[in-house]
Amino acid sequence: MQAAQTPFEFFTVASLTRIGNLSAGTLAELLAGLEQCSDASIFHHTFQTLSSHHYLTEGFSNDFAQWVLADANRDALAEQLAALDIRDYTSIAVLRQDLCRVVREFNAVHPEFAQQQALERFYFCESLVVTLPFGVTARTLDEFRDGVSRLSHSAFYFHLISSRLRLQLRTNDFSHWLANSLGLASLADYINRIDIYTNTLDSARAKVLRLVDRERRKHEPSPTGEAHPPG
Amino acid sequence: MSPVRLAKRIPLADYAAVIGDGEIEELRTLAKPLAGRTVEMVNSTAVGGGVAEMLNRLVPLTEELGLAIRWEVMTGGEDFFEVTKAFHNALHGEPYHADPKHFEIYRAYNEQNLKRIPLDAEFIEIHDPQPAGFIESRRAGKGHWIWRCHIDLSHPNRAVWDFLEPYVAKYDGAIFSSPEFARQLPVPQYLLYPAIDPLAEKNKDLDPEFIDGVLERYAVDPSRPILTQISRFDRLKDPVGVIRAYRIVKRYFDCQLVLAGGSASDDPEGTVVLKEVKEAAEGDSDIKVLELPAWAPLEVNALQRASTIVIQKSLREGFGLTVSEALWKKKPVVASAVGGIPTQVIHKHTGLLSHSVEGTAYQIRYLLSHPEIATRLGEQGHQHVKENFLITQNLKRYLTLFLIFSQGIAS
Repeated sequence: MQAAQTPFEFFTVASLTRIGNLSAGTLAELLAGLEQCSDASIFHHTFQTLSSHHYLTEGFSNDFAQWVLADANRDALAEQLAALDIRDYTSIAVLRQDLCRVVREFNAVHPEFAQQQALERFYFCESLVVTLPFGVTARTLDEFRDGVSRLSHSAFYFHLISSRLRLQLRTNDFSHWLANSLGLASLADYINRIDIYTNTLDSARAKVLRLVDRERRKHEPSPTGEAHPPG
Repeated sequence: MSPVRLAKRIPLADYAAVIGDGEIEELRTLAKPLAGRTVEMVNSTAVGGGVAEMLNRLVPLTEELGLAIRWEVMTGGEDFFEVTKAFHNALHGEPYHADPKHFEIYRAYNEQNLKRIPLDAEFIEIHDPQPAGFIESRRAGKGHWIWRCHIDLSHPNRAVWDFLEPYVAKYDGAIFSSPEFARQLPVPQYLLYPAIDPLAEKNKDLDPEFIDGVLERYAVDPSRPILTQISRFDRLKDPVGVIRAYRIVKRYFDCQLVLAGGSASDDPEGTVVLKEVKEAAEGDSDIKVLELPAWAPLEVNALQRASTIVIQKSLREGFGLTVSEALWKKKPVVASAVGGIPTQVIHKHTGLLSHSVEGTAYQIRYLLSHPEIATRLGEQGHQHVKENFLITQNLKRYLTLFLIFSQGIAS
């Protein structure tokens, strides 16, 4: 099996939540907050929260949807907000536009709900993210497998999901490297299709490792001494 | 004043069995650039209370990761602690009559302690209002000073907050346990959840025989549903409301109720509340009102593990870590949506929230009727705690905080 010229560098990631000065007690205030809050806040309540709630594989998508469901008691709006899939976004600005559009349209159709007080207020927070080299790199698929298996949840999520924002592409660090540095486009595509909403980070990682193992088997020498053809 | 001697150490490696090797390796990676850097934690008690309990665990783990951490405890006379107790209650919104003498006592003890305590670390974390005035000793440009507030400041008494705020405003940042506990401040505010220790006696795995023994001792029948609330006998924990909710549930299910808390002998109000609870429970042998000696951690653990449903029907709450203790044991929790509880109980995901006696009763009935949902909530609650409310997560957030300050990206 070939070795990549450019190694994959694994990172360690940690984040700290900063409490913002904005909060919302109504859907109208939620919209105002969505329009005014920082990009770090949109990131925190969507990308970051999915990571820290990865074990909820039914009906949890982002903090905005959860607040609308549990505190503002508006199931239909919650459903629409939850349906926004962060994997479709490579920019926070576009994600913010869609969040605002969904709430704005709901408030326009239901002005009587827009001013209704929720049970609890929504507090806009931000993520401050620190990344450090994990001290592990990979040039081969075997080394890549080893690195993935050693990552923490947050580091795995950073490479698989948050990387979209960094790459500005609808892919992730793993797939990007596998396709471009090892020429394994098909494996890259399979990994990119893993549904993080219906998987925990543990089950998503197990899928990545299974897919990598399947790929490795293709390259094992056959009893006649020849490698299986790639594909 | 001398650094606190720590209780029994638990090596970081022991936590790998709970959170996995990857998370431990991550902690070591995060700590590497901080090796040898100095940290000082200052609070007002070495024993008793959640802060001391947390520091007892956190300090040795931080030390093991190579940081030069020290924990100092300020000293004070009875007059000082009476004043700060009054401040504490006033900051929680209770009535307080401002007395200039109180402020003088506070200042005097802060100054007195400053003469003895060397505040020369790179990262200085001052816990709660008692030593908040230490900031006055800060030399310009020296160290990163952070105020860690463990109490709910959402509705403070004006006089006390007006006195404390100028101190707080001089820090580089403030840490709160929940966004709703914070205030509008001119310094950055961060969120750090309190945490439980999965290896502590209150939370570690127990032998089934030990749990059976505890149930037998308190005459609790393991074959029928057990509803439990673990809390002080305090009106704000609404133990009588719990009994009312139980009586509604009892119409539909042959269940038992355990109300267990610390002994009320040294708390005059607790004694009154305990009497009220016993009166409310009178005539029903299925209600067990248990006064546990000094919180008997193993017994609390056993009672939580034996419970069918754990209740936390507080009227007001700080963070309410007993909820995380129950969730860690995979118990379905029905709790009031107050204080830090909704952070732990994500409604319909990691437990059920309620807003009244009737609502509490309804949610309990719902879970008793749908044990498969109760099991799912308990499982997800366990994961939620594992991800957010364990001491190792707390440690990770502190390391992140120090890295953020040292990299100059704190604001």
